[in-house]
Amino acid sequence: MAKYEVNLKINDIPVSVEEGSTILDAAKKLNFRVPTLCHHPDLCVAGNCRVCVVEQKGARALAAACATPVAEGMEIYTNSAKVRTARKNIIELLLSEHNSECTNCYKNGKCELQELAHEYRVNENNYMKLILDKGYTIDNLSPAIIKDDSKCIRCQRCVRTCAELQHVSALAVGYKGDHQKISTFFEKPMHSVVCTNCGQCVNRCPTGALVEKNYIDQVWDCINDPYLHVVVQTAPAVRVGLGEDLDLEPGHRVTGKMVSALKRIGFDSVLDTDFTADLTIMEEGTELLTRLKKVLVEQDTNTALPMMTSCSPGWIKFIEHKFPNLLDNLSTCKSPQQMFGALAKTFYAQKKGLKADRVVSVSIMPCTAKKFEANRPEMRSSGYQDVDYVLTTRELAMMIRQAGVDFNELPDENYDSIMGNSTGAAVIFGATGGVMEAALRTAYEIVTGRPVPFQNLDIVPVRGFDGIKEAKVQITGVKPEWSFLEGAELSCAIAHGLTNANKLMKAVSEGKVSYHFIEVMACPGGCLGGGGQPIPTNETIRRKRMEAIYDEDTNMVLRKSHENPEVVAIYEEFLGHPNSHKSHELLHTHYHPRKSY
Amino acid sequence: MTEVKTIIKEKLGKFGATREALMPILQAIVQEKNYLTEEDMVEVAEALDLSAADVYGTATFYTFLDIKPRGKYVIRVCKTISCHMSGKDEIIKTLQDTLKINVGETSADRKFTLLTANCMGWCHKGPVMLVNDEVYPELTPDKAIKIVQEYMAKE
Amino acid sequence: MENTKLHKVDLIFENDGTCATTVLDKVLSRKPEEIINDMIDSGLKGRGGAGFLTGLKWKFTRNETAEMKYIVCNADEGEPGTFKDREILDRVPEKVFTGMAIAGYAIGAKEGILYLRAEYNFLLPKLERVMNEFNKAIQDKKLDFSIDIRSGAGAYICGEESALFESIEGKRGEPRNKPPYPTVSGLFGKPTVINNVETLVYATMINKYGPERFKEFGTKDSRGSKVFSVSGDTPNAGIYELGLGMTVQEFVDEFGDGDTKAVQIGGASGMCVPRKKFKDTIIGYEGVPTGGSMMLFNSTRSMYNVLHDYLDFFAEESCGQCTPCRVGCQQLLKGIQAVKKGKQKPEYLETLKKLAETMKLSAKCGLGQSVPNPFISIVDNFKEEIIY
Repeated sequence: MAKYEVNLKINDIPVSVEEGSTILDAAKKLNFRVPTLCHHPDLCVAGNCRVCVVEQKGARALAAACATPVAEGMEIYTNSAKVRTARKNIIELLLSEHNSECTNCYKNGKCELQELAHEYRVNENNYMKLILDKGYTIDNLSPAIIKDDSKCIRCQRCVRTCAELQHVSALAVGYKGDHQKISTFFEKPMHSVVCTNCGQCVNRCPTGALVEKNYIDQVWDCINDPYLHVVVQTAPAVRVGLGEDLDLEPGHRVTGKMVSALKRIGFDSVLDTDFTADLTIMEEGTELLTRLKKVLVEQDTNTALPMMTSCSPGWIKFIEHKFPNLLDNLSTCKSPQQMFGALAKTFYAQKKGLKADRVVSVSIMPCTAKKFEANRPEMRSSGYQDVDYVLTTRELAMMIRQAGVDFNELPDENYDSIMGNSTGAAVIFGATGGVMEAALRTAYEIVTGRPVPFQNLDIVPVRGFDGIKEAKVQITGVKPEWSFLEGAELSCAIAHGLTNANKLMKAVSEGKVSYHFIEVMACPGGCLGGGGQPIPTNETIRRKRMEAIYDEDTNMVLRKSHENPEVVAIYEEFLGHPNSHKSHELLHTHYHPRKSY
Repeated sequence: MTEVKTIIKEKLGKFGATREALMPILQAIVQEKNYLTEEDMVEVAEALDLSAADVYGTATFYTFLDIKPRGKYVIRVCKTISCHMSGKDEIIKTLQDTLKINVGETSADRKFTLLTANCMGWCHKGPVMLVNDEVYPELTPDKAIKIVQEYMAKE
Repeated sequence: MENTKLHKVDLIFENDGTCATTVLDKVLSRKPEEIINDMIDSGLKGRGGAGFLTGLKWKFTRNETAEMKYIVCNADEGEPGTFKDREILDRVPEKVFTGMAIAGYAIGAKEGILYLRAEYNFLLPKLERVMNEFNKAIQDKKLDFSIDIRSGAGAYICGEESALFESIEGKRGEPRNKPPYPTVSGLFGKPTVINNVETLVYATMINKYGPERFKEFGTKDSRGSKVFSVSGDTPNAGIYELGLGMTVQEFVDEFGDGDTKAVQIGGASGMCVPRKKFKDTIIGYEGVPTGGSMMLFNSTRSMYNVLHDYLDFFAEESCGQCTPCRVGCQQLLKGIQAVKKGKQKPEYLETLKKLAETMKLSAKCGLGQSVPNPFISIVDNFKEEIIY
């Protein structure tokens, strides 16, 4: 059915919008910004906070612009006296139940409530403080996320995020009236429930109620300790997001400036997670081919297919909770972060002649789940915690500001060596479908000796933001040692956002689909939309970051993981060959079933 | 545990494994056991493919879906205006003295829980209290004592 | 000449010895449109308090094309001071079910659900027995309609129609954004007629006697009679069916104890009418509309305590999702406490009144929008009692 246009007036200016649009949409079209708090473009409409109320001519009550569909002939006023008073009162009410010790708050300067309070020049003390009666506690037991109920304004963005985007619902609205709050199951701490630490809630929280646990000061301390040698790795998606927190428009690639800034901050060596992303492809690609051989040739019933990627720690925790029956399907490869960590305190330390206890390994990630991953007890292959501190993109931006460097005036610099070299295949890890594409580029070439049969190596079917993508690759003209794959069609699927992952896993569990290889990323859009990325993150911004990632790939000289000279070298010098005994010791891991709640 | 499984099975038979079954299941469990335990909620969540937090969030919205251990007989005294005017304070005091527990508490033998509740729809016959589903209007302290004593004598 | 005198009426509880389901035979012999036209003609407005024309509601729902439609009977009577629906359900449940079946026939719904508040669970055995007999009886009449009962679980807000749907759907009883309205998207997203218990009984009686009989009572804007729940300082507390349109004075003359200083009309979320306005205030849509709760206060009562009780109730029973209601109720309560204790100056009441105005304008549902009613009317009329 074709949609028709609805005509209305906003502040006496006529505007036409598509049927089904909201007053908020119509106002936006006329460049009237109606303030919002509970509204988020990624989420369903809530209409809870009421900050967006507007006056409709002839109506007794005000309407929530975000939740009210336009109607023909409507006359809306977004700044009438009634509206302004109500809006101000509502902001004051929110402040009265909010622990507004702003200067003590991690979100100081980045808080949507603070911004609104500032914009509307509200009188914070207009109403009495309710916060003191509530006895709120701070849950900071998780290594990734801090939940502070005293700062919560009940917009429920987090609850909707956890349910709609991630199908986890670790957070739910609990109780009613004056006791209403955002609850976990029986108010248990976040680290002991199904929370995957994905941080999508953190990314959407308008206040400081949900924030990442930050390790900025610890990292500064290490940098300032002369005994310690601090290496830093940067994940692929950070370079396309960081600029947003440093006054640049979304979609800027800031790789060179970021490296430059990290050096100025004082890291002893600025290295790249992309290096271990390439290594992941070697390990995971080999694992896939080995699994295929075991199943197809040796008829081994103990080998599970489809094989599923294991780079995304939110996804790993999700599957451990929800589909423990599928744990054997996970690739045993550690994520690039953890491969890097394990090598930093072994291979790297040896090459640099450093004792492992002097090496501090820091990673910059678009992700909050990486903080949890680094703390998993399995992640100590080097004999130490392999990754000591994980900072989000946002935390790095704060460090850069603290360091006083003028980011946008910095020269582009190159990563240090060793473990600083990478290919385009590694960069695209940051986008949904990227691991799949990178793996196919390498696996296909290993098997056939020829590049993947896609123009310019761009495997377009695996790209983009469709929730679940499928791709099939016909394998012909194989090398003699891979003769069992001659004529085979490799069937792949990709999901991003755990709601999509859940759908796909259900289908896999029920045997409704048969794939060989599945890539899952916990966050919408993949790592570029990670919970640790700059706020706001939404579809438009994710798209710009994605374009930047593929640009970066296109501009790389090397675009296939197996061509990375440092990767070739590490196998020759240290690991032997992919899936070798040493690889297994350092670069592979195992998983545990977890309880369902 | 088996009784919860039976309840779930029965309600799923009527409503299907849909969210619509949630309230009837939770209500039936409370009817049976007077409150909801963690284990029960997990079981319900799994049966309906909901998150446990979601079940918890729904249950805590409803005053009668208790999540704290409750006695066999849950006494709820109406505290709203008409019952206030007709002497609910005296009834509560009497019940506290008789049961030797305060409002919000459960007796050591887990037989009684004393709670207050909002308007129960007996404003012309206050003060009123519920003992589980049974309603007792037009209370006087003496009447309240007698009623409680009858329950004390019961199993 | 409009009739502002008090008239006692006997429709709702009328017992002429015939079975209510016989009304259905008459209904089924007519076209649904005729039934709806009679309903509109009768002028019956929803007896839950909101006062929407029942016939129109039915018409809108009938006009929706949908595979599935629902009739929901709202028996989540939770408004403090209201107890008429309990009495109706206890005494004439068959008339309620008949009303549901009439509505079902009129709009083309096959399923009816009665949502009973948990506090009335003691009625369940009886209601279920009558319902089962009723379902069988209408089956015999070849009407494709059946009724089921769902229980609430202790949440005042579930009396709000969309919150009630949410509750039946197994969710927290949180009111939805409107539009869409239930006639378009109600229970399970399907077109739904939701009517109060009493409204459905009137539907039965209007179909029994025709709209003219109903129109004999009341006024132009407030047709018919209504069941009142009378409580507070009165020697005659109880349930009374009275014609609409009487003045509060008429009412107080009949029910007061001779010392009535205020009447709270419409329950905790209604209006407080002080003695000086008794004569000029009409009970009905042209004056103070009501779901039927009439609570009388004599001069021994502190209106501070009354307001405090109400606000305490609302602070607990707000669903909590929208800011104005969740925080507003708490602020009003804490505010009058502070003024009483001298921790806030009396002028703080003005700030609170502005807050109440904001709640009225911006809360998401009827609850939050009506909490200001008792607040403003009590503070305005009994300011000294609040302060000192």
